[in-house]
Amino acid sequence: MTDRPRDVLITGIGLVSSLGEGIAHHLDLFARGPGLQPSIVTEGYEPYFVHALPAMDWSRQIPKRGDQRQMETWQKLGTYSAGLALEDAGIPMDEGVRSEIDMIVAAGGGERDANVDAMVMERARGSNDPGRVINETLSTELRPTLFLAQLSNLLAGNISIVHKVTGSSRTFMGEEAAGISALYSASARIASGQSEICLVGGAFSAERKDLILNFDLAGLMLRDEWRPVSARNEAHSGIAVGSVGAFLVLESADHAAKRSATAYARLVSAVGDRGRREREKTAERFTALLPDNSTSAEETLVLSGATGLADLLDIERQVLADKLPGSPTRAYGTMLGHSFEAQMPAGVALAAGALARGVALPPFDSGEESEANAAPRRAIVTALGHLHGEGVCLVESIAGPSR
Amino acid sequence: MSDTDFLGRPIIAVTGLGIVSSLGRGVTDNWAALTAGRSGIHAIDRFPTDGLRTTISGSVDFMGEMGATSTGLSYAMAEAAGSEAIVMAGLNDADFGGPLFLAAPPVEMEWQHRLKLDRMDGATREEAGYDRLLEIARKHPDPSIYHLTQCSRISELLANRLGTRGLPITLSTACASGASAIQLGVEAIRRGETDRAITLGTDGSITQESLIRFSLLSALSTQNDVPEKASKPFSKDRDGFVMAEGAGALVLESLSAAKARGAKVLGIIHGCGERADDFHRTRSKPDGSPIIAAIKAGIDDAGLKPEEIDYINAHGTSTPENDRMEATGLAAVFGDRLPETPISSNKSMIGHTLTAAGAIEAAFSILSLKEGILPPTINHNNPDPALTLDVVPNEARRGDISAVLSNSFGFGGQNACLVLGREPRG
Repeated sequence: MTDRPRDVLITGIGLVSSLGEGIAHHLDLFARGPGLQPSIVTEGYEPYFVHALPAMDWSRQIPKRGDQRQMETWQKLGTYSAGLALEDAGIPMDEGVRSEIDMIVAAGGGERDANVDAMVMERARGSNDPGRVINETLSTELRPTLFLAQLSNLLAGNISIVHKVTGSSRTFMGEEAAGISALYSASARIASGQSEICLVGGAFSAERKDLILNFDLAGLMLRDEWRPVSARNEAHSGIAVGSVGAFLVLESADHAAKRSATAYARLVSAVGDRGRREREKTAERFTALLPDNSTSAEETLVLSGATGLADLLDIERQVLADKLPGSPTRAYGTMLGHSFEAQMPAGVALAAGALARGVALPPFDSGEESEANAAPRRAIVTALGHLHGEGVCLVESIAGPSR
Repeated sequence: MSDTDFLGRPIIAVTGLGIVSSLGRGVTDNWAALTAGRSGIHAIDRFPTDGLRTTISGSVDFMGEMGATSTGLSYAMAEAAGSEAIVMAGLNDADFGGPLFLAAPPVEMEWQHRLKLDRMDGATREEAGYDRLLEIARKHPDPSIYHLTQCSRISELLANRLGTRGLPITLSTACASGASAIQLGVEAIRRGETDRAITLGTDGSITQESLIRFSLLSALSTQNDVPEKASKPFSKDRDGFVMAEGAGALVLESLSAAKARGAKVLGIIHGCGERADDFHRTRSKPDGSPIIAAIKAGIDDAGLKPEEIDYINAHGTSTPENDRMEATGLAAVFGDRLPETPISSNKSMIGHTLTAAGAIEAAFSILSLKEGILPPTINHNNPDPALTLDVVPNEARRGDISAVLSNSFGFGGQNACLVLGREPRG
């Protein structure tokens, strides 16, 4: 334990989305903006919008076919992104080194076999004993290993197996709050001396009708007409889900210096809260999480993890206008879609990348988002969870050489 | 007496406990049954078991209508245990005033809801499957079903009910989850972020599908004939674990804060250790090195030596693999002293409460320290000759113990160990 909080550096980023893979690729793409188009699939998902993954060569980060077969897409996406982050941080594939790395994963879970589920429903229709149908069908049709692709903590388990990260393995669950808490817990442990280096992040696979069903039972999905997140309103409110894997290597400054690693940026704080969702209460909590405007407004880039739900957008817009007037805001869900557990890690990844390049991201919606007039020196990443949980991360550029 | 430990960190006191298991509701009933060597395992009547290889469990069937769904039952048990622990600590169970660390089972839509939706009108598509259900959902939205599929749901309800502070952490480290929740609470207090925390493990997820999934992995006992005798950790004829439900809660406080408000200290969390395994998704590395590392890390974090551990609360699932690997790991750490160190498995009586196990067993460990009674490993009539352990067979034993090691291991290479004590070691 140390008496004074230690600096927490971001020394590796692994980002995979519908736009492609790698933080550099994402930043290069954004450099062509404004006026960028997201990569959205509607076919087969009408009336919904899905930011789907491009074709992936999983073997680049998950070399063994046997390992790939044990995972469903969500786990492959997370394991792949975690591998990218470790590689990007320059951490060798040496068990002695990787066994000292801690890990916190924000995960959902529950990949289904849609064909087996359909078979149960079909057979149950004609039966006066649906319980028996469930027993018989699941016992004979379920692949035994599918369970391992469903368990939330098996993303972390696969990262241990494939990438040999074994210092510790903790999985946080619960949509956006899981991603916020993962960053909070990892940074608090490093700042206090309880950990030196931690792989932290999450993954969300959007191409899952079973999940879209869950979300739309609550009327959460954007339907029929796509708009940028910041342009959604009461009449066009909702979530466009996006496949995202986002992992970061967080490290104490001492640890990074010892292995001569350069950092993208410093994670200054990661905080969260929750409570009842009345407008005033939500606005109060969100306001309290935001840092004071100590840097000039123009040099503060706000990366909003907004879901696309109009009532929350409205609260966020009002609070940001009051507390951080003049800071350019980018709702990155416009480009990546909404990725729940991975949303906050993805925002921090983009923030760190932008700060390291010293370039603000372009407006993702030229109607609602204004051009930046200065290079960013700090970034504020926001998350108002779709039903509950709020979080804010503060990321600052570092003096001297960075990535 | 100092309020800080050998590394200058705040000493972590346990000031409240709460337990729900198949043995009953509340610490008193559970402890009485556990020390009497009673089993809570019974034939399943929650759903039809026709055609299933395993038809027994330690389900909790007395929580009323909340027991109708996994999320509802997991919440109801967590609420009961959490409230009991906070009240025992002499605090307000509607305004706890500290953070919540919750080990909870991953949840998803249940079959009752898929079949209910499929029976509804409103879809043009007749063919069974998610496309049809999506059409129906647009016609008949039902947020209450969605809420049951949210992994943050239980902590959200608990935070409101118990008046916890900040963003609760809901975690899963499979069958080590309960121990991991305690570890997170210990770390938060050691960092000085809070004076107190409530750590909870809950699991009410016995459904047809969850039973079948474990069954397909050959993890479950199929000795259905006499349910209460199926869980037999460390026996030669053990053949798998028995799925069970329950919840365990601990109120953790810095010793200084507990003393300042005159709280009764029930026990101490001396240390926590963990280590992930990179060998296989369901099996331990054959040399047991991750288990060994986790045990050593827990004892080191406590500032103790293996010879200072007086009793071991085993993970002891009753699977052939776990009990052998656990004994192997313990032998490597304890050496010649292992056969003289009593070790028992609560799971012989309450079954494997999965996500909740580490929390329930930590609560039982605190009671063992406080009362000087070692709960037995029941059903121990046919010892495994390969394991030379004193498993406290069949009957509870008095024992003046001051430090306990509680092990928790899970699928996905999860290994977490807690070291609990009777008194502070300032």
